[in-house]
Parts: sequence; structure tokens; C-alpha cells
Amino acid sequence: MPATLAATADGRAVRLAFAGSLDAAATARLWPEAMRRMRGAQALTLDLGGLTALDTAGAVLLLRLERLAGETRWQGMPAGPLQAVLDRTRQALSAPPQAEAPRLPFLALLGQATVRRGGDMLGQVAFLGEAVVAGIGTLRRPWRLRLGEVLRHLDEAGLRAFGLTVLLGVLIGVILAFQSSIPMRRFGAEIFIPNLVGISLLRELGPLMAAVVLAGRTGSAFAAELGTMVVNEEIDALRIMGIDPLAWLVLPRLLAAMLVMPILALVMDLAGLIGMGVVMASLGFPPVGVIGQLQRSIGLHDLMGGLFKAAVFGLSIGLVGCRAGLSAGRGPRAVGDAATLAVVGGIVSIVVLDGIFSILFFRLGW
Amino acid sequence: MGEAVLRVENLAARFDGRTIFEHVSFEVRRGEVFVILGGSGSGKSTLLKHIIGLYPPAEGQVEILGEAMDGLDGAARTALLRRIGVMWQSGALFGSLSLAENVGVPLEEHTRLPPEARALVAQAKLGLVGLADAATRLPAEISGGMAKRAGIARAMALDPPILFLDEPSAGLDPITSAGLDALIRQLARDLGTTFVVVTHELQSILAIGDRCIMLDKQARGMIAEGDPRRLREESDNPVVRAFFRREVLA
Repeated sequence: MPATLAATADGRAVRLAFAGSLDAAATARLWPEAMRRMRGAQALTLDLGGLTALDTAGAVLLLRLERLAGETRWQGMPAGPLQAVLDRTRQALSAPPQAEAPRLPFLALLGQATVRRGGDMLGQVAFLGEAVVAGIGTLRRPWRLRLGEVLRHLDEAGLRAFGLTVLLGVLIGVILAFQSSIPMRRFGAEIFIPNLVGISLLRELGPLMAAVVLAGRTGSAFAAELGTMVVNEEIDALRIMGIDPLAWLVLPRLLAAMLVMPILALVMDLAGLIGMGVVMASLGFPPVGVIGQLQRSIGLHDLMGGLFKAAVFGLSIGLVGCRAGLSAGRGPRAVGDAATLAVVGGIVSIVVLDGIFSILFFRLGW
Repeated sequence: MGEAVLRVENLAARFDGRTIFEHVSFEVRRGEVFVILGGSGSGKSTLLKHIIGLYPPAEGQVEILGEAMDGLDGAARTALLRRIGVMWQSGALFGSLSLAENVGVPLEEHTRLPPEARALVAQAKLGLVGLADAATRLPAEISGGMAKRAGIARAMALDPPILFLDEPSAGLDPITSAGLDALIRQLARDLGTTFVVVTHELQSILAIGDRCIMLDKQARGMIAEGDPRRLREESDNPVVRAFFRREVLA
């Protein structure tokens, strides 16, 4: 029988009589009414003679009512299992709850966040230093480099990203050519589209877009893989075995990322130029004219500058991804956070580095 | 003991043509603490997953609280699943939720209790397993033993009449393990909750088990059924004897 509630009030004394099966469904139904009846009450009589069943939710309701009233009289509670449920719930709720952490004022929170960010940045610098030390150690003993791992990551980061890079490159070339053709047509300067697209691609967009692809595909994969290893205590196991996780796990990834990025950038450049060539052909310019224009406007230094930037971008993405993975917390959420941090941190780092390169190349007159 | 709340008839499990177990049949009665025991790789956890309907059986049938699992779908299946609780070997807590929120998940999904009541029920369940002071902590911030206890609290959230526990005391210290055993016995005695416990912890088996079955990897099925204390003393099966007496099998 579903539970019922009969309530009577005498001044500030309230009498609540529950009958039937006071389970979770009945408790959900009766809770608002019971709370309403308790408004302003100072004494409570709980008549439970008609109760036939009680679960934890029902017991919680009765104990909540007891707490709201200044004084409570219990009447007719059936002995046995129902009393046992009530006693057990009372005992469980009487355990001291977790002490709440003190709330910090806004300024303190801001300071705390700043210190944490500063610590993260210092950690990133320290990680770079450790990676350099591990790299020097490997240079002195090159046979310790896990070449198989390097090849595996070259395959995953490079070969498997080939299709995506070509697709993006062609599309970027097409988009750049079409977009620049509109203003250039007004000045009759459409023949200079290859100059514009060629320099943009080789110096800037090729390396940058290849780096975005690498950060999205490989940086996050590095972080997720290493983060999972942290969660599974595999990193601790390596350390206990006397193996430096940086030399064992990080260096092959860094090397692969650094080697693969110039290749991806080159593929992106070529694909972009092909896309631009297709647009130029559709505008009526023969391939010979486009190639001649490219030869006159871009030099080897443009290409090499872009490829050098790409290698640095690769190193940066690898560092950020590996650091995010190795500093992951425990639990599946930590792995997700590490992957997000790797992608966001990787993209931010390549944009910052690109800005530095722009100033540097400008000063050097490249 | 009351009527049967779980019936397993001629159950068989096969993966890729490989038989894990077959011809497994037993009944569990209301209020009983029933133990599924066996050595590593004998198929204990696989049997549990077949019973609760995670894996479809290759043969045979499972009936929980009078309803056949394989005949159920949609709302009827959900209604039956509300009446069972499962504690997973690792706790299987949701990593992004605090312990109290983990316990609150079934309450939020399956009841219309107001938030205040849900919070109090969750607090009561956590208090019951000794985790009242860890309600706001995340699963990543607690030990494996605490995760198991939180898993039990979540399994008990809806006061189900039947609870399945997968290796509840594995990896726990003896005091926590004994506390967990006492809790299981108390719930079975006071509330008539039925427990189906998968374990190979000998002390727990003897402390809590009313009856048990034993699975064996070589036999690919059951090799014993009965009171674990009597099996320890009287069984003629060499594997059963070796298991209970911690002997090396010749």
C-alpha cells in the first residue's frame, strides 16, 4: 500500500501520521507536504503505527522532520526491520560530514590561480631542461635511443596525416587564390596571385597549418597515451626500474615530431601551390606563366625559413603534449584534460613562436 | 530462507567458440548471502555479467525476481535493473563526479526525490560504508578500498532487494574487509537484502556465505555447491579441498 500522510496541528505542535509503505517514491511524493506542515512547528509527534515498510529515503524524511522540530515524540514505530532501517540511517547520518574547505576571497583566488599558472610555466621550462639533458645523454650514447619508437611515431604523426595535409593544403591554396583574385582583379593584377599565395604558403601558412594538424592529431595523442600511462602507474614502474621516462618515452616523440613537421609543411606547401595553380588555370592563366611567376617571386630562403619554423613548431608541440601527458592527474578525466591542454597549449605555443619568428626574420632581413 | 529471487538454469558462456563455462544451474533465495567462488580465470566475473544481462548467454536462462532476463526489453528491463544493485570490481565510479554525486546518480535517474532528500540519502549511504567524511571528494582522490566502498554505497542507493558484488574485499586491508563482511551480514539480516558475491577471498567466503557454488577452469563449470563451511570439511573434490585448505594441487 502506498504511504499516506495525515497531519494535524495544535498551535505550534504538529502531529504527522504516516501509514503504508514509505519508500523512495512515496517519500518523493510526501516530502513537500511534510516540510510545509513543519513550518513554524516547535513540537512534533510522529505517529508511525501504520507503517508497513520503510527504506532509506523514508528514514531520511523522518529524521529530517525530527531535526526540524525542536522536540519530537516517536509513536508506534514497528520494531524489527523498520526500526533497524531507521537506526542504521540515523547512525550513518550521525557520522561527521566532510569539513568544507574555507572559501577564499576573490583576490586570494586570483593570486592562487596566478601562482598555479606560474608554477605550470616553470614546470614547462624545467621539462624543457630535462628533455635537453636527456637529449644530450642520448647524443653521448646514441644506441640507447629507441629507434623503433621514433619510426612508429613518424608513421603515426607523418604518414597517417598525409591525406589530411594534402586535402587541407589544396583547399587553402584554392581559397587563398580565389579570395585574392577579387581585389587583384580591380587593379588588373591577377598575374601576381602566385606571388602572394606562394610567399604566404611557404613562409607562413604551410608551416602554421601543418602545425595545427600536428597539434590536433599528434599532440593530443601524445598527451592521452602518456596520461594513461601515468594513470596505470606505468611511469612509476619505469622510474622504479631505473629508466628515465624522458629518454624512454619523450625523446622518441620529440624527435619524431621535429622530423615530421618539415615534411608535413612541405607537403602542405606543394598541395597549396597545386590548389592555387588549379584556380589560376580556371582564371585563364597557363601553368607555364604561373610557374614562371613563382620562380621570380619566391626563393629557397623562403622555403627553408618555413621549414625551419616547422621543425621548431614540431618540437614545441611535442614538448607541450608530452608535458601535458606526464603531468596528468589520476582518473579518466585527467587524461581528457591532458589531451585538451596539449591541443590548446600546442596551438598557443606555435602562434607565439610564429610571432617571435616574424620579428626575428624581419630584423634579419630574410 | 524465503523464495528464490535468482534462478540460473543450464547457463553456458562461449566467446569465439571457446567455452568459459556450461551447465551452470543454481538458485538463490531471499535474504541469502550467496557466494560464487573459484580460482582466477574460472569465469566468476563472466558468470556475474551473464546473470545481470551484460552478456547474452550462449545457452540457458537467468531469472531475477521472477522475471527472465532474456525476455525483457525497454521499460520492463529498466524496471528490473532498478531493483538490482551492482558493485564492480574497481568501483566503476564516474571520475568527474564526487562520491556523493556518484551515489546520487541512481536516485536522480530513478526517483523524484527533492535535491535535499537525495543529498541526505547519499550522505546516509556513504555514512553506512564509512565514507561520510569523503562525500565531496573525487574518485581520483581516494584509495582503491574507498572506491570499492563508494561503489557499494552507489549500488545500495535505491535499497535494491538484491545486490551483486564483484570481488568486494579484494585489495582491502583485513580490518576494512572484515567491516565490509559485517555490513553485508547486517544488511542481509536486518533488511532481507539478498547478496550474490563473487570472490576468491577465503576468509570472506567463510564469514559471509550462506551457500556457494564453485567454478573451475579445467571443468569449465560448477564443481561444487553448498555451505562453504561444510564444503571445506567434507568435499571429496580435490580442487575444492585444495581451494579451501590453501594447498598446492598435485
